[in-house]
Amino acid sequence: MSDVEASALESLLAEREPIVNDFQIMIATVNGSGSQTANTALLRSIFRMGVPVSGKNIFPSNIQGLPTWFTVRVSKDGYIARREDYHILVAMNRDTAADDISKLPPGGVCLYPQEWKLREDRPDIVYYPMPVEKLIDASDVPANLKPYVANMVYVGVLATLLEIDLDEIAFSLDFHFGGKAKAINMNMGLVKAAAEWALDNLAKRDPYKVARMDKTQGMLLLDGNSAGALGAVFGGVTVVAWYPITPSTSLIDALNEYLRDLRTDPATGKATYAVIQAEDEIGAIGTVIGAGWAGARAMTATSGPGMSLMSEFAGLSYFTEVPAVIWNVQRVGPSTGLPTRTSQGDVLKAHFLGHGDTKHPVLLPSNIEEAFEFGWRAFDLAERLQTLIFVLSDLDLGMNLWMSNPFTYPDQPMDRGKVLSAEDVERMGGFARYRDVDGDGITYRTLPGTDHPLAAYFARGTGHDENAYYSERPEDWEANMARLTRKFNTARQLVPGPVVDQVDGAQVGIIAYGTTDACVVESRDRLRERGLETSYLRLRALPLNETTRDFLAAHERVYVVENNTDGQMARLLRMEFPELAGRLISLAHADGLPLTPRWLTAAILEQEQ
Amino acid sequence: MGNRLNLIGLDRNDYKGGKSTLCLGCGHNSISNQIIQVAYELSLNPHRVIKLSGIGCSSKSPAYFLSRSHGFNGLHGRMPALATGATTANRSLIAIGVSGDGDTGSIGLGQFSHMIRRNVPIVYIVENNGVYGLTKGQFSATADLGQELKYAGVNELPPIDICMEALIDNASFVARSFAGDAKQVRELLKAAFSHKGTAVLDIISPCVTFNNHESSTKSYPYGKTHEEPLQDITYIPVYDEISIEEHEPGVVQAVEMHDGSRVMLKKLDPTKHDPTDRVAAIKLLEEARRDNLFITGLIYIDRNRRTLAEISHLVDEPLVSLPEERLRPPREALQTVMNKLICCD
Repeated sequence: MSDVEASALESLLAEREPIVNDFQIMIATVNGSGSQTANTALLRSIFRMGVPVSGKNIFPSNIQGLPTWFTVRVSKDGYIARREDYHILVAMNRDTAADDISKLPPGGVCLYPQEWKLREDRPDIVYYPMPVEKLIDASDVPANLKPYVANMVYVGVLATLLEIDLDEIAFSLDFHFGGKAKAINMNMGLVKAAAEWALDNLAKRDPYKVARMDKTQGMLLLDGNSAGALGAVFGGVTVVAWYPITPSTSLIDALNEYLRDLRTDPATGKATYAVIQAEDEIGAIGTVIGAGWAGARAMTATSGPGMSLMSEFAGLSYFTEVPAVIWNVQRVGPSTGLPTRTSQGDVLKAHFLGHGDTKHPVLLPSNIEEAFEFGWRAFDLAERLQTLIFVLSDLDLGMNLWMSNPFTYPDQPMDRGKVLSAEDVERMGGFARYRDVDGDGITYRTLPGTDHPLAAYFARGTGHDENAYYSERPEDWEANMARLTRKFNTARQLVPGPVVDQVDGAQVGIIAYGTTDACVVESRDRLRERGLETSYLRLRALPLNETTRDFLAAHERVYVVENNTDGQMARLLRMEFPELAGRLISLAHADGLPLTPRWLTAAILEQEQ
Repeated sequence: MGNRLNLIGLDRNDYKGGKSTLCLGCGHNSISNQIIQVAYELSLNPHRVIKLSGIGCSSKSPAYFLSRSHGFNGLHGRMPALATGATTANRSLIAIGVSGDGDTGSIGLGQFSHMIRRNVPIVYIVENNGVYGLTKGQFSATADLGQELKYAGVNELPPIDICMEALIDNASFVARSFAGDAKQVRELLKAAFSHKGTAVLDIISPCVTFNNHESSTKSYPYGKTHEEPLQDITYIPVYDEISIEEHEPGVVQAVEMHDGSRVMLKKLDPTKHDPTDRVAAIKLLEEARRDNLFITGLIYIDRNRRTLAEISHLVDEPLVSLPEERLRPPREALQTVMNKLICCD
């Protein structure tokens, strides 16, 4: 860098006010280098300083060696959507460094390992070389662990540069390592050494800074898979069957942990639950349905390819009317697709999974509070409706850390649905398994083991009459399918309704669901700044109901925002409300990453101007 | 005889099912009859029994016995998964599964293996006739090499041996029988009901419509002339105080079951097969294959393998009977989890 260029940068920086609590850090590392510890410690430390923060891990389908990026967005206004741009780059991956640096805006910051002897060829950014190897060599970390603590160097340097409290980093490491002193001290030793080195050796030339706020007091930071698992535990889940698949595996990991802690019988030390790792997803869902038939609250967690394999059993659950819960933590398809990237591409498939005229209620959590709530509520709905319930999460919600208010304990006792006891059967003088006594399409069932000569029935995937006897009679078939549709219509009123923010006078509406919520919330603020008021309806479940119809009817143009290629929810809305289909404009986008407000704002303005 | 009541006061008729829609003379019907007889003789509580099946002729049969028991006619080859879930949810249930050679030997081979690997407690019957009936006469995976069928032609592939598959998967109970040998089917069924874990019964059950000619090893004529029982089997229920002192040592082997009942095996084969010896069992099956022998009887038993419920350290009572307060942790438990996560103390 020439002196002239350098002084140009200095004057650029000198003109700028400090930028406090409103920027994004991009950390580029190599997969398998242990950067997750450093990145989450950084994230949690900022969170603990009361500053709204969100993180996204963009990782490869690989154990070790491929590039990984982690973004830490600091937002005093509380925005948690993904943003494309970043201001501070921590370049720890030589292979991607040139590209990563090229994306920094003028005035941006680049931290990198001194040993690279990097040619600092961008005059418009600030470079901070870090003596990573020297600091590690000077530490007392055992040789075999040295590669894993290298990332603590940038945590320490950033702490000094951004004024992140070292005590909060110590707290965060303590949390991460569950109080294991040896690991905490080893990592914290390096953080401190790097922070001190930066204090002594770096002259701060950038405007970015973290300053304490009070916006996270009483909140927590958790991933959606853990929240969903915790919800399932408080929903009384009893049998879990699963097969490993990214990005749902950590939901089962969390279930195993929470169940062990919360559902071990204190008297005997034995389990009041079973978690079975099946041989494939067919075995997993079959086990869930077998358990549901026997009367247990049973669930599985999977992702796209696994859901495809569950198709035939999904139809069996629908037709034999056995309660079951499937969590689909969506990744990008078709086929193996982008297995470690996020998507909302399974909406239609989940809703209609199975051959014939099959349809399932689908819950759509947008945040971790809802992941928890739908975790328990899914069982109430499955048993009330005697059917398969999907919870459609995604990788972004499931595997990233999100701020949230503490979760609310279930506000109602477990709803076990219409189950007859031996006494009921005796009093009624028998029962017909598939007779619509109440007119809501939901019939009465008995559980295996019910001690009454008339309690048994024969569940079958073949055509059956009201008594569950085999039947090929056309009128039996048609009556049964009509009743199942009646039941589905009952579900419209039982599933969580949409959240509506209807703005007086707004002609433009937005419909979204799941994790695109964060993007819509921020985009609406940007649109308002540009003079465009919008109403917003956030779907929380399928099937749809009148609230959504009313919303469509109340707005001239309704944008349906979703993270897939085909605009699946827009298609479903057109199908359900054909008379209002002309008002719908599909804004679907999928590239493996969460949607950004910049994209959405531009996409809407393009249509509106 | 029909009106004699068993120990729980039920008539044999109380164990019957709906009228069979299978072909007249089908081996499966005779097996259904033995199931009815055995359930009656053992005084099984019908409400504690669950009947499970896949898809196929054999899988229809649970509708034709034990109508007082809950049944689930599931998916082709996927009955083991349903059994795994149901018996885990309620470990007090007595599961009986009926499958066929297509259901188990082809589409369901994977689930079959993994059910056995987990030792899911179930009496698992394969009604084996070497042919697909409902789709009208295709070869199944257990069809004989070189066998000829009217429409399917000549089978060029070697058969899968259900018992050998089971043994390789570490099955804890493996038996073979013949639908035409009612007494043996009955005694083996009784032993299977007393077994703790997966009891595999490979029962050659002739298809009178598509595969009952003498050249087929799955036919009545072949079975009647070639069956070579390993043992003369007598099941002694736990409540029968029959003296077993009089048997000749080395000829009659008494196998004590977990529920206290005993299976007396009077050895008939020249090699005096010991069904507690797994290597001998594998050798026996391999030699039978080589010499084209239709051996039947108890091939292998291991009474020490733990069941899935035991491996899972489940509480003793059925999971489905646990009340809400043992399923949903209390409000304070959620508070404790939240407190660990909440910022900033």
